[in-house]
Amino acid sequence: MTTAPSASRASADRLGRVLNLVPYLLARPGIAIVEAASDLGVSEKQLREDLELLWVCGLPGYGPGDLIDMAFDGDNVTITYDAGIGKPLRLTPDEALALVVALRMLAETPGMGNRDAIERALVKIESAAGADADAPVAVRMSGNSKKVDRVRGAVERGKALRITYYTASRDETTDRVVDPIRVVMVGGWAYLEAWCRRAEATRLFRVDRIDGWTELDEPAAPPAEARPADFSEGVFRPGAELPLITLRVGRSERWITEYYPCETVERGASGEDWLVTMRVTDLDWARRLILGLGPDVTVVSPPELITGIREQAAAALAAYSVPSA
Amino acid sequence: MSRIRTERLVNLVICLLSTRRFLTAAQIAATVPGYEHDPEDPKDHEAFQRKFERDKAELRELGVPLETGTASAFDNEPGYRVAHRDYALPDIPLEPDEAAAVGIAGRLWQHHGLAAAASSGLAKLRAAGIDMDPRATLGVEPVVTVDPAFAPLTTAARERRAVAFDYRAPEGDEAATRKLQPWGVVCWRGKWYVVGHDLARDAVRCFRLSRIQGKVRVTGQPGAFTPPADLDLISHVSHFSGPVEWTGRATLLVEPGTGAGLRRWAQQVVSEGGKDKIIMRYADTDRLAGTLVRYGASVQVLAPPELRDAVIQRLKEIVTRTEEVPA
Repeated sequence: MTTAPSASRASADRLGRVLNLVPYLLARPGIAIVEAASDLGVSEKQLREDLELLWVCGLPGYGPGDLIDMAFDGDNVTITYDAGIGKPLRLTPDEALALVVALRMLAETPGMGNRDAIERALVKIESAAGADADAPVAVRMSGNSKKVDRVRGAVERGKALRITYYTASRDETTDRVVDPIRVVMVGGWAYLEAWCRRAEATRLFRVDRIDGWTELDEPAAPPAEARPADFSEGVFRPGAELPLITLRVGRSERWITEYYPCETVERGASGEDWLVTMRVTDLDWARRLILGLGPDVTVVSPPELITGIREQAAAALAAYSVPSA
Repeated sequence: MSRIRTERLVNLVICLLSTRRFLTAAQIAATVPGYEHDPEDPKDHEAFQRKFERDKAELRELGVPLETGTASAFDNEPGYRVAHRDYALPDIPLEPDEAAAVGIAGRLWQHHGLAAAASSGLAKLRAAGIDMDPRATLGVEPVVTVDPAFAPLTTAARERRAVAFDYRAPEGDEAATRKLQPWGVVCWRGKWYVVGHDLARDAVRCFRLSRIQGKVRVTGQPGAFTPPADLDLISHVSHFSGPVEWTGRATLLVEPGTGAGLRRWAQQVVSEGGKDKIIMRYADTDRLAGTLVRYGASVQVLAPPELRDAVIQRLKEIVTRTEEVPA
């Protein structure tokens, strides 16, 4: 993760690639050059240039018996002398960290298939990396592993599912038929990504909110336009078409600025109240959100949200036979 | 131009791997093609030294374990060599399903630095003769994102160097500089934290990486501290959210067709006089009160009284608050 000056980057990349090339070919005698190039992610021309370069490298003396040697048979190549660089370099600490932590993540992901293979692989990579594998990184995911496991099983059997799903944003439980695409884990939650036949769109269903499901006797058939989404920026990315609300947020409720995506957070000079704007799915959701927060949050706009909150609170007090004014 | 340089460096690696004696810069210059120069000409010699320094730095950056020493007790000119056992990746006997798992792991990172490190690691495994099925899946795909502070903090923890960073928790007003001996980084429920010894507070602290502002500065020397031997990183982060006891028991009156979120937790639902009576367990009165207020007039608390009072109190505050603001 250390970044080198970009000028030397290209030559460092090439050196690393060329040092990998001899062991790569040594392990695969007679491999077709075009196949090796595609496996290594370089062009065939580039690979041939790398081979030409290796051709003139070797042990001091640099005579015919000292140089790296290879045999060409048509478009296939075999290394016949490796000059002592027949093994790849050890993993660097950064490489070991990236692989070991990713394997720990996989091993911790609930519902993961073939966890046993992940754990065996982790032990072997850690032992190959030696002290560098002692990555100071620990991973713990949460989640109902058994439930995720069962949902994954249902997805793998490739059937359409009828699910009973609790939609928290509307506080309603509905039945719908979905065509599963995959199970993903984002920000500590497991989701079923599926084509929802009711919404006619790809939707994410949080696994802990799937209250029940049955496998239908028909194959999952997500339409061609159903593409897995890119979640690298999080699950909820509010669009500019959604209503904008402005809140005045006191110290004890500032956590909402970390929990919900906000458009702007204006930290007041006195530091007490923050002025926060966010886009919301709809004003009903916003009303429920604000009602549930403590007295440290007040709505600045829109006015209909303020009215809605007051009316609902007054009606609730009336139901308790408590006068609201 | 880079071809000549790469060629020289490959020959340098081969030369240093092949020698058991430490070779001095002069011996290397006399052996490896590309270092030819006139040692008697100060300008030429200086150019060689600069070139050799750059090449050594590049090899070290790539991870080539360059050893420095002298050939014998009578020499004081430093020499160089590379021990084969430190250079070569040990054999990793991965079964096909294990190799597939490593291949998937190597593609997890979205962060460019980690993704680059993972893919150059995979390239070495491939070079070692390991084939990874690019179509393999494990059924659940984790989407792994890290905060920018991840890389500098893990490096500092590995090298055991103290760091300083500006940190702002939402309850605070100003970002404050924290000085930390980082022991390790933790991913807990999808969020990243650093755990370590806070030098100013002289106590163990953990910090959320997303709250770190700007760059993490490395302030200390390597190997400057030792984390506790029995360190369990997770426990320092997770004890804030230990097990919760659901000892409370609430009785609610709910309009039919509403309160879906409450019904999911209900132990019992009975129809009574056109409404549903729901009994549910809960852990924290104030928290549940906040949840119940969201349902407005469609939910009323029958018992216990402290929950009922908490809900009514919150509703009164909301009415007062919304009247203060001109609509």
